[in-house]
Amino acid sequence: MNNLGVVLRRELASYFATPVAYVFIVIYLIMSAVFTFYLGGFFEREIADLEPFFRFHPWLYLFLVPAIGMRLWAEERKSGTVELLLTLPITATEAVLGKFLAAWLFIGLALALTFPIWITVNVLGNPDNGVIVAAYLGSWLMAGGFLAISACLSAATRNQVVAFILAVVACFVFLLSGLPMVLDVFRGWLPQAMIDGIGNLSFLVHFTSISRGVLDLRDVLYFVLVIGFWLAANRIVLERKKAE
Amino acid sequence: MIKAKSLSRHYGPLVAVDRLSFEVEPGTILGFLGPNGAGKSTTMKMLTGFLEPSSGTAEIFGHDIRSASLAARRQLGYLPEGAPLYGELSVERFLRFVGEARGFRGDELIQRVGSAVERLNLAEVLGQSIETLSKGFKRRVGIAQAILHDPPALVLDEPTDGLDPNQKHEVRQLIREMASERIMIISTHILEEVDALCTRAMIIARGRLLADDTPAGLLARSRYHNAVTLVLDDLQAAASALGSLPESREVEIRRGRLTVFPSGRGDLFEAVTRTVRSAGWSVSQIQLESGRLDEVFRTVTRTGEAA
Repeated sequence: MNNLGVVLRRELASYFATPVAYVFIVIYLIMSAVFTFYLGGFFEREIADLEPFFRFHPWLYLFLVPAIGMRLWAEERKSGTVELLLTLPITATEAVLGKFLAAWLFIGLALALTFPIWITVNVLGNPDNGVIVAAYLGSWLMAGGFLAISACLSAATRNQVVAFILAVVACFVFLLSGLPMVLDVFRGWLPQAMIDGIGNLSFLVHFTSISRGVLDLRDVLYFVLVIGFWLAANRIVLERKKAE
Repeated sequence: MIKAKSLSRHYGPLVAVDRLSFEVEPGTILGFLGPNGAGKSTTMKMLTGFLEPSSGTAEIFGHDIRSASLAARRQLGYLPEGAPLYGELSVERFLRFVGEARGFRGDELIQRVGSAVERLNLAEVLGQSIETLSKGFKRRVGIAQAILHDPPALVLDEPTDGLDPNQKHEVRQLIREMASERIMIISTHILEEVDALCTRAMIIARGRLLADDTPAGLLARSRYHNAVTLVLDDLQAAASALGSLPESREVEIRRGRLTVFPSGRGDLFEAVTRTVRSAGWSVSQIQLESGRLDEVFRTVTRTGEAA
């Protein structure tokens, strides 16, 4: 795992060598503010918490995280640099993890830059900061889940637009798998236990529970497993697709 | 030493590389020669660890590419086809990345990057982002990353493709300089390059090895080998006179040039010059042919396809 850090640093250098990083951070901050103040009614509620801020994170991530994830492998495959990367003494696991971690840390940075709203809410009232910390952690974990899905699907194609669309659809399914519109598809032909299982895959359910301040180990484990599963799939897809 | 043992690769039903076996010793510049889609790149991708062979294997200085892929990769420097690079990075940042991935840190990293930069004359563009560089500079950056760890074997996939004649010359010069005590494997479809550069050439078509020889050996297979070509006024008269020499097998007139092919009996060039002198023809050009690689190439690859 010596080279994980090498891959990670190169990825981060690329983010900041292009407008990608700055555009992403600025759009992310503007959009989260718009959602919080206009749709969330941050001031009108007169409650000192960040619920209106975190409530819209799943929807924000639904589009912004695939936008970061789409380039991870599709770009490397299109430009041919994947051949350079994977013929260096770097294992596929190091490459997959290094790229994922770089993007995840980068999203974490964007998330951390929302700190003024935390300060604001502390100036205006006495929020439960424990809940806020849990919600930040939950938000970052959920972003990791979206990112792992996007990274895997990015390895499946050379075309970033295709990667983006596939990732948005897959993330949407995972986000909403607890809602009737997804469950009804399966209701006719799967046993109830499996439908409950699918319902439990919902990002929304697990994120909501963490963001209410209930830092249940099972919710954390859920996101860790989702990330692990999709990264393992990413490795397999990469091995199969790189020859094309 | 690089040793390929019945190396094969299939893409679905398509056989890209078919049981390729060969050995290369240090000090060799081996040219992979073949039509497009012959399996040159696929072979290189397997040797460098990018693709798993479907069957067979290869050893890079004793390290098996299947069971010891990382150790095998450490022995190699590789320039993939088209010299792909991370365009958004600066030359220095990119070379540092490759150096780190090769396991260099601190002073050693700085020194390795420094010597590669010096060797390929990259100092003036060190801080520039790679995508703003000219094609020639990009190719040099690609070669710099391949030699950064001073590997005993270099694999360069079409190193001069897409360059202008000056840049081609420059890259060939570099390859020649780097070749001593090393194994160099280059692929190309430019035939003069094999003659100009390689000490050994392998012709590959449809994934199979069809010829493995020195460039001179390949030239000797040409029917033009030791033929004599003349440019003169009265082609027909000269053709009938020269065609009846015992040293000549046949004559051919093409595009105002007369070519006399050797029968193998005696010295054809000597016989032709003697005849020219005694007949008093005014000859504007006379040339002893060493052979034509393009003709050998076509013959070898066509026969291979028919077989």
